[in-house]
Amino acid sequence: MYRYDDFDRQLVHERTEQFREQVKRRLAGDITEEQFRPLRLMNGVYLQLHAYMLRVAVPYGTLRADQLRQLGMIARVYDKGYGHFTTRQNIQYNWPKLDEIPDALLDLAKVEMHAIQTSGNCIRNTTTDQYAGAAADEIEDPRPYCELIRQWSTFHPEFTYLPRKFKIAVTGSPNDRAAVKVHDIGLRMHQNDAGETGFEVMVGGGLGRTPFVGKTIREFIGKNDLFSYLEAILRVYNRFGRRDNKYKARIKILVHEEGIDKIRELVEEEWAQIKDGSLRVDDAEIAHYIEQFAPPAFEALSDDDADFERHKSENRRFANWVRSNVIEHKQPGYAIANVSLKPIGGIPGDATDTQMELVADLSEKYSFGDVRVTHEQNLVLPHVKKADLFAVWSELDKADLGTANLGYVTDIISCPGLDYCALATARSIPLSQRISERFGDLDRQHDIGELKIKISGCINACGHHHVGHIGILGLDKRGKEFYQITLGGDASQDASIGKIAGAGFSEAEVVDAIESLVTKYIDIRESGERFIDTYRRVGMDPFKEVLYGDR
Amino acid sequence: MSLQVVTANRLDDGLVVFLASDGSWSENINDARIADGKEAADALLAEASAPELDIVIVGPYLIDVEQQGADIVPTKYREVLRTKGPSVREDLGYQAV
Repeated sequence: MYRYDDFDRQLVHERTEQFREQVKRRLAGDITEEQFRPLRLMNGVYLQLHAYMLRVAVPYGTLRADQLRQLGMIARVYDKGYGHFTTRQNIQYNWPKLDEIPDALLDLAKVEMHAIQTSGNCIRNTTTDQYAGAAADEIEDPRPYCELIRQWSTFHPEFTYLPRKFKIAVTGSPNDRAAVKVHDIGLRMHQNDAGETGFEVMVGGGLGRTPFVGKTIREFIGKNDLFSYLEAILRVYNRFGRRDNKYKARIKILVHEEGIDKIRELVEEEWAQIKDGSLRVDDAEIAHYIEQFAPPAFEALSDDDADFERHKSENRRFANWVRSNVIEHKQPGYAIANVSLKPIGGIPGDATDTQMELVADLSEKYSFGDVRVTHEQNLVLPHVKKADLFAVWSELDKADLGTANLGYVTDIISCPGLDYCALATARSIPLSQRISERFGDLDRQHDIGELKIKISGCINACGHHHVGHIGILGLDKRGKEFYQITLGGDASQDASIGKIAGAGFSEAEVVDAIESLVTKYIDIRESGERFIDTYRRVGMDPFKEVLYGDR
Repeated sequence: MSLQVVTANRLDDGLVVFLASDGSWSENINDARIADGKEAADALLAEASAPELDIVIVGPYLIDVEQQGADIVPTKYREVLRTKGPSVREDLGYQAV
């Protein structure tokens, strides 16, 4: 895994000390809140409903054991014993005190972590496939490119005051697990006709109040040219993106208003000026970063393990966990183990200090000290020997981390909603808990199969409701929470934006409404169809009918 | 006439506070000074927005409340949550005390 060099270390320490001084000046009254606000936001400090919130970056969702252990320690010392993993593969703390945050940042810096660029109108944390470097279906590990993007975008002097925030996601696999088509820039690794590996570049995807699937601006860009090409896109956005209206300031609006052909023309024009400059990264430098993410020292193993098979046949709960949460690894004899942060009736994405420490310990013992955060708010132990899976699951299960529900109806993405967030219009967590309880029976979840429910507590769509197979948007209607349902969204390589089913439902009605949709799907599905497949085949009408009847 | 109080977040720890009768900032909404009518509310917000309070609190604003017996209760659910804590974690926030 990538280790900081002296330059990274100095940069983060200087920033931490700078922020300590800024906090000191703020508390002493030397700077006003108006002056301080942009400074704290640049360091990931928000003011939420009940307290400050600190958002810590987890670059491309990859954590070392010592880093996750430190995140647990920070939850205990500076917060109330838990943290919340987000759809951007980051972690948020909900109760830090402003005067203690500089110390927390120093403790983060000790394990090569920080909160830089987790807020503000800059390039945010680059996200990627949580199975990077482990997935059987990937072309290449995308993380060396994510790290190069991190280095290019951190404190980039031109892009510190963009019209609006900017999010980049990368997939190294044709099966997109990073939702790249709903990011400002999505990069999909593939090979061109000459057999060279590079990226399809998509721009203008996004969720929020105006959702779009990204459009292809360039079918193929070689690895060496990727960074100058990204720079060209950012320059065009920085120059032409709208600054007159916050709600029209994202690149998706620019792409939508000007058209992808016009944007492509501008980007190509800009790129022609800079493509042979200092941002061209040569093969030797790329190789240096690929080396940083070299595969761990896998043992040569048979892909079949007798003990593993025996445990599966003897222990139904373990077998169920394997069925949903264990994914094929590229290395024979190894597997990818998903750690669900969605216990039935629990709070999606929350983990306690001791749970974080346990996963850190398990990763050290069984997964080469490597842990991943997923944009679906779970954790991953990416490199576990099949022979060790039973031991891993047994430990996870004791800590309420062994829920067997990955990809099922109870594996819900939910934003913090009105329980924490100052922008929210309705609560999302209690609704996710009630849906989880309603569908908690595992046999029923198996019967339903893959079903992605995503819940946002306001139009900003942090809970990705637009790309939920069933999406739920919480709104405020004359002082009461009510929930709008969208159907047919998809965050994968077949990305689509869900359509609003009709009028919203009250808090009391909405879980029954979801259940009626699921029942309808089961009634009309054809063999092998997931909910989304059935929806695509039959369209909105049959579902609308069960929701509204003659209404 | 509508009743209002002023709320804000405390600068150093970020916790929710209310402008109290004695001019201090209390964690308990029942200590809040109630403004009855627009004129009183404007005066209350003006007091809370004094420049010298910039090192005590952040972002003061008025909220609508009702007097329910001895208790002052916000009319909006968002503000009720701020007086209590997250509805999904009753062990946290003021409700836990």
